Amino acid sequence: MLKQFVRCSLAASAVLLWAGSAVAQDVTGAGASFPAPVYAKWADAYNKATGARINYQSVGSGAGIKQIKSKTVDFGATDAPLTDEELAKDGMIQFPTVIGGVVPVVNIKGITPGQLRLTGAVLGDIYLGKITKWNDPAITALNPGVSLPDDAIAVVRRADGSGTSFLFTNYLSKVNPEWKSKVGEGTAVNWPTGAGGKGNEGVSAFVQRLPNSIGYVEYAYAKQNKMSYVQLKNKDGNYTKPDDETFKSAATGADWSKSFYQVLTDQAGKDAWPITGATFILMHKTQDKPANATNALKFFEWAYASGDKSAEELDYVPLPAKVKDLTRKLWTDSLKDSSGKAVAFK
Amino acid sequence: MAATLPATHYDPKKTMEQSTPHGRPPARRHVAPWADKLFAVLTSGAAWLTLLLLVGIIVSLIFGAWPAIKQFGLGFLWSTEWDPVQEKFGGLVMIYGTLMTSFIALLIAVPVSFGIALFLTELSPGWLKRPLGIAIELLAAVPSIVYGMWGLLVFGPILARYVQAPLQSAFGGVPFLGTLFSGPPVGIGILSAGIILAIMIIPFIAAVMRDVFDVTPPMLKESAYALGSTTWEVVSKVVLPYTKTGVIGGIMLGLGRALGETMAVTFVIGNFNQLDSLSLFQAANSITSALANEFAEAGAGLHQASLIYLGLVLFFITFVVLALSKLLLSQLRKGEGKNT
Repeated sequence: MLKQFVRCSLAASAVLLWAGSAVAQDVTGAGASFPAPVYAKWADAYNKATGARINYQSVGSGAGIKQIKSKTVDFGATDAPLTDEELAKDGMIQFPTVIGGVVPVVNIKGITPGQLRLTGAVLGDIYLGKITKWNDPAITALNPGVSLPDDAIAVVRRADGSGTSFLFTNYLSKVNPEWKSKVGEGTAVNWPTGAGGKGNEGVSAFVQRLPNSIGYVEYAYAKQNKMSYVQLKNKDGNYTKPDDETFKSAATGADWSKSFYQVLTDQAGKDAWPITGATFILMHKTQDKPANATNALKFFEWAYASGDKSAEELDYVPLPAKVKDLTRKLWTDSLKDSSGKAVAFK
Repeated sequence: MAATLPATHYDPKKTMEQSTPHGRPPARRHVAPWADKLFAVLTSGAAWLTLLLLVGIIVSLIFGAWPAIKQFGLGFLWSTEWDPVQEKFGGLVMIYGTLMTSFIALLIAVPVSFGIALFLTELSPGWLKRPLGIAIELLAAVPSIVYGMWGLLVFGPILARYVQAPLQSAFGGVPFLGTLFSGPPVGIGILSAGIILAIMIIPFIAAVMRDVFDVTPPMLKESAYALGSTTWEVVSKVVLPYTKTGVIGGIMLGLGRALGETMAVTFVIGNFNQLDSLSLFQAANSITSALANEFAEAGAGLHQASLIYLGLVLFFITFVVLALSKLLLSQLRKGEGKNT
């Protein structure tokens, strides 16, 4: 009995060792949880197509940045782009992979998806706790003909630090000066009001359950749960609905050619959805393990070339072709091995 | 009553037999003299290792929290501002939330657990004891996230509709009670977190209480009953004094769990970092919940250091609670024999 047990555990540890050495060859990445579903789907499809394995840990943007800085992973992933100075300090580059949008959602009796219209300034005042009732003149003025209840607004927001909150607060800082001075932008901020739900699931559960509530979630959650999204007025003064087209329009409006530090909130463009953002990959400029970097780039090249459809299925928006080409140029120009030779990716 | 009573008469023959040695004791066997030493080293090593780990954890917490300690000092403990954007941090909201939810949990859990233990040991018919005891122990096996989901999706709305709304309409204008029950009718906040915690710690406290009540010598209880005591008198005058160490130990075990519980609390407490009302229905935050929510996205620097500082504070709170319980026990022991 004991002998058998020892033999079994020996065999098990041998298998583990073997698996361990196999994993060491794989490309590892860690970071943002927002793009994790699409990275997982890409990695799976890529594995089937080429046999190479990509191991992505969805640990959060902050942890992802920490891990790539300490070089424990081959690439990091973050929802909030790093500024060019921050990148230069650590000798890293960043490039976008997919685009997503953040959508304000409400739960008011009798209000259908897209019926309610808000501006960024009013949205900011609601989250500041200045507008507390749904029939406040500021809201009814934007919604003539819509009957809004004389009830308190239950504000819901994210409790955990997240890229979704970063995009949302970044947008509010751009369009509401008081928000900018009092609260500011970040993955976690000092929320003046509201209940915090954990994750997109938590926020959508709160909003669906609480009458007269407002919250904000990633587009995929709003779409899949058929929540009542809000139309927002964009920079050009048009009310837009959140969908693939309006996200893409926001991404095209940005000038990617100088820097990849682009937060796509409040972009110009007739149809641009104002709370749009790309999610980013971080890599070191000088690669100690060029083989791994090659494998990672091959994966992203494959995702750029043939991953658009699976991204769309998960309600992400693929990058415009122009931005992809700029990224490919960045790879050729900036990623070197220790001898200064460019890292191959094709 | 089948308990063996101590011999009341003296039997010299029996005692002689037991105490007289028969010849010399067997010589010590020297089979493996190093084995004893090895065993001693291993066991003392295990004991020291835990102490070493404890010190290691404290040191690394202080080390990690150092930037925040240097920046905010002890003012961290009574500042309510938690602003990751401006990098201003104070932990009072979380400390208050942690202590208040645990206090509410104990307030509910201790009497209920006492009732459970009392019923199971003294009053319950024999056939019910086992299934009921197992059911309560099973409660302890439910993962905390399940309690959290249940609290958020099922219990919260019930609390809001059937408890908070009537309380608010009844006490709306009353000065103190009005504030206590104010707040948005959401069903999440200090009170719901406290109640969920109470449900989670009841099985722990009840199980410990039942076990210690069971070890009260039946002879003592039987004697009290024989003198005409009621069940309540037996429990309060015999069982409780005899088992107070175990009872307090059980309560402390529950309190420790309540202080450290993360997942269930984070779902129902609302995660709100402002302390603008002392309402029971106000969304608040606890230390563990803040850590769980913010650690992953906290960049290196003051935000992270402040979170670690919070962890250090929680460590300290747990330590104080333990020390207080030891103090309470020693006070109780001092009082022994005076009132009886």
